[in-house]
Amino acid sequence: MIRKSILSLLGLVLTSAASAEWALNMPEGVTDLSAETYRLHMMVFWWCVAIGVVVFGVMIISLIKHRKSKGAEPATFTHSTVAEVIWTAIPVVILLVMAVPAAETMVKLEDTRNPDISIVVTAYQWKWHYKYQDEGVEFYSSLARPSVDARRKQSGVDVNSVDNYLLEVDHPVVVPRGAKVRLLLTSNDVIHSWWVPELAIKKDAIPGIVNETWFNANEVGTYRGQCTELCGKDHGYMPIVVEVVEPEAYQAWVDTRKDGDAKFASAQ
Amino acid sequence: MTTAVADAHDAEHHDDHGPTKGYKRWLFSTNHKDIGTMYLIFSLVMFFVGGAMAMVIRSELAIPGLQFVHPEFFNSMTTMHALIMVFGAVMPAFVGLANWMIPLMIGAPDMALPRMNNWSFWILPVAFGILLSTLLMPGGAPAGGWTMYPPLILQTGDAFPFLIFSVHLMGISSIMGSINVIVTIINMRAPDMSLLKMPMFVWTWLITAYLLIAVMPVLAGAVTMLLTDQFFGTSFFLAAGGGDPVMFQHIFWFFGHPEVYIMILPAFGVVSEIIPTFSRKKLFGHDSMVYAASCIAFLSFIVWAHHMFTVGMPLTGQLFFMFATMLIAVPTGVKIFNWVATMWRGAMTFETPMLFSLAFVFLFTIGGFSGLMLAIQPADVQYHDTYFVVAHFHYVLVPGSVFAIMAGAYYWLPKWTGHMYNEKLGKLHFWASTIFVNLTFFPMHFLGLAGMPRRIPDYSTQFTDFNTIASIGAIGFGLSQLLFVAVLLTAKRGEKATDRVWEGSHGLEWTVPSPAPWHTFTTPPKARIANEAFD
Repeated sequence: MIRKSILSLLGLVLTSAASAEWALNMPEGVTDLSAETYRLHMMVFWWCVAIGVVVFGVMIISLIKHRKSKGAEPATFTHSTVAEVIWTAIPVVILLVMAVPAAETMVKLEDTRNPDISIVVTAYQWKWHYKYQDEGVEFYSSLARPSVDARRKQSGVDVNSVDNYLLEVDHPVVVPRGAKVRLLLTSNDVIHSWWVPELAIKKDAIPGIVNETWFNANEVGTYRGQCTELCGKDHGYMPIVVEVVEPEAYQAWVDTRKDGDAKFASAQ
Repeated sequence: MTTAVADAHDAEHHDDHGPTKGYKRWLFSTNHKDIGTMYLIFSLVMFFVGGAMAMVIRSELAIPGLQFVHPEFFNSMTTMHALIMVFGAVMPAFVGLANWMIPLMIGAPDMALPRMNNWSFWILPVAFGILLSTLLMPGGAPAGGWTMYPPLILQTGDAFPFLIFSVHLMGISSIMGSINVIVTIINMRAPDMSLLKMPMFVWTWLITAYLLIAVMPVLAGAVTMLLTDQFFGTSFFLAAGGGDPVMFQHIFWFFGHPEVYIMILPAFGVVSEIIPTFSRKKLFGHDSMVYAASCIAFLSFIVWAHHMFTVGMPLTGQLFFMFATMLIAVPTGVKIFNWVATMWRGAMTFETPMLFSLAFVFLFTIGGFSGLMLAIQPADVQYHDTYFVVAHFHYVLVPGSVFAIMAGAYYWLPKWTGHMYNEKLGKLHFWASTIFVNLTFFPMHFLGLAGMPRRIPDYSTQFTDFNTIASIGAIGFGLSQLLFVAVLLTAKRGEKATDRVWEGSHGLEWTVPSPAPWHTFTTPPKARIANEAFD
């Protein structure tokens, strides 16, 4: 009955939101590792479903058959060492099946060696600063103006009319497709966390510590994420936008940025 | 009160004058039943206070955009909701059940240290009075999350030292409570009740009490270091002074993970009492249940850093914490399989305590599944600090711990009041709670997977529908709990309860009259004899 009501509600939601980009599940993402992470997630999920079907199945059969109103007489067994050994051993085997691929993916995730591009990401309350180590490009990235105007309490702006409400920035991170991008994360004040679901990486930006992580995007596109470590009142308002472009477009972007920065410096 | 009770009472205590009248009975109480009652009522009040905060949170999140509160107040609400629910509602409820039931279950006249029992209860209203008073302070109530991570928590306003002091007080209360539980269980059991003959509720509480003694001082140490960082110039957690913000997280979660089991092991105990009663069958694998609970308790000390898979730990450390965490699934699985085996070929009936216990087994298992998923480090990188985690821990805490508390309250209520509660109202409470709890927390899995971080007051519009559903569910769940209050208010109107109350119940607590007289077991009973009387 509970399930049915949930399912019917889900159905309702799904149909009503058919137009929007609906996500019930983790995105498969645009890197090799995000796809691996997705497969791990689905593998463990299906194991859980299988175990659930068995355990809940036995329980439901028992709930239907072994009830006093059906005249069931209680059995008198109280323990069985064989049963205990079996239902200790089987989960151990299942866990091993999960643990091995999980460990393999983890090793790859942690391998930040030989990057093509390194970006130093410094978190502030409540914006991000990006500095491309070798390209001489750096900039702050904050919540975009339309969202800023709409987010205030009783702002009078319908947030549904704002494109990518709370997920748009003034200056996105631009990276080339097919390059290993290493992020060096730190913070200027409190702990923040840098997460883009499609890239399947999340790493804390911690004052006094430089954390490393990496991604290598296979597909051109705009990928959005948010700060995921509570960092004060505007924690919900420091999004991350990564634009993956073709290498030539990236080079052009770097050149214009450099140009702009140089002009800005000389104007001062 | 009927004459039977009065007779039993008189027969046992010819020179006893009964409880003092008026407020002194409660303020100066050293009686385990009165103190247990106070713990339970206090817990229920905190459940509604913390619940009211949850209503603020869910109202704000019902649709995107800010409608009701400012972000800083929203953060105060999430922080205070967690602190109040963990330390004010769930933990005191279990201590209340322990106070009432452990002496009755082991045949002891009272808790071993009755004056300390009084003290450990009366500290709590003071602690929460202090914590709640921070809502009125300049700078607002603490808003850095219940995990109190520095450096953010050091940005708290005037509330900061009050937060630390109230956490200290909660810790002192818990430590005294657990010392009492341990001393009572070890020293005051009925003469022929060996350790392995103890009821499961007593066992799980014994293990829980050791966990509490082990980790509450760790929490006290961590928050004291926060205090000295803030006011006395130390730099334990401040990078600028050579400290390490991550060290706080290690210390906090060394407390925090056993704390998770502190909130679930007594729930296992309650459910392990109820399922056999209504299956009319002995608990399957009693001894392996004890070993499984001990195993879980041990493992709880070596898995803390799975809360920190994104802080940048060495690879080997992450591997260790992933494997150790996955191992917890084994003893937890054993417990669930044993409960199912207890029901198997029983003769079940479905009174309210049994319904809550069955929902516990189903829904706690779902929380266990998402826990297993969270243990997988690469996947956890995606889940961490999203609504998937919020869904996970609410599944193990609400239809987990809270449902077990409800089940225990319905199960023992006739023993406490001497009357059967209103079964129809109880069942209504159960069904409303179960439907709404799923409506609230199940969609949060999808929100998290779709990319919604936790602890945000506003969200991008693609998350609207599930948030709206969750908010409707939450308000329904909140209102459903008023039915429980109605059950309590009408608890004495039902028919007179027998001593045994339930057809299938076993154990010493069912050998004393209902309601349990103010003093019980002034001479130790024979546990085996009492049990066999019902076989």
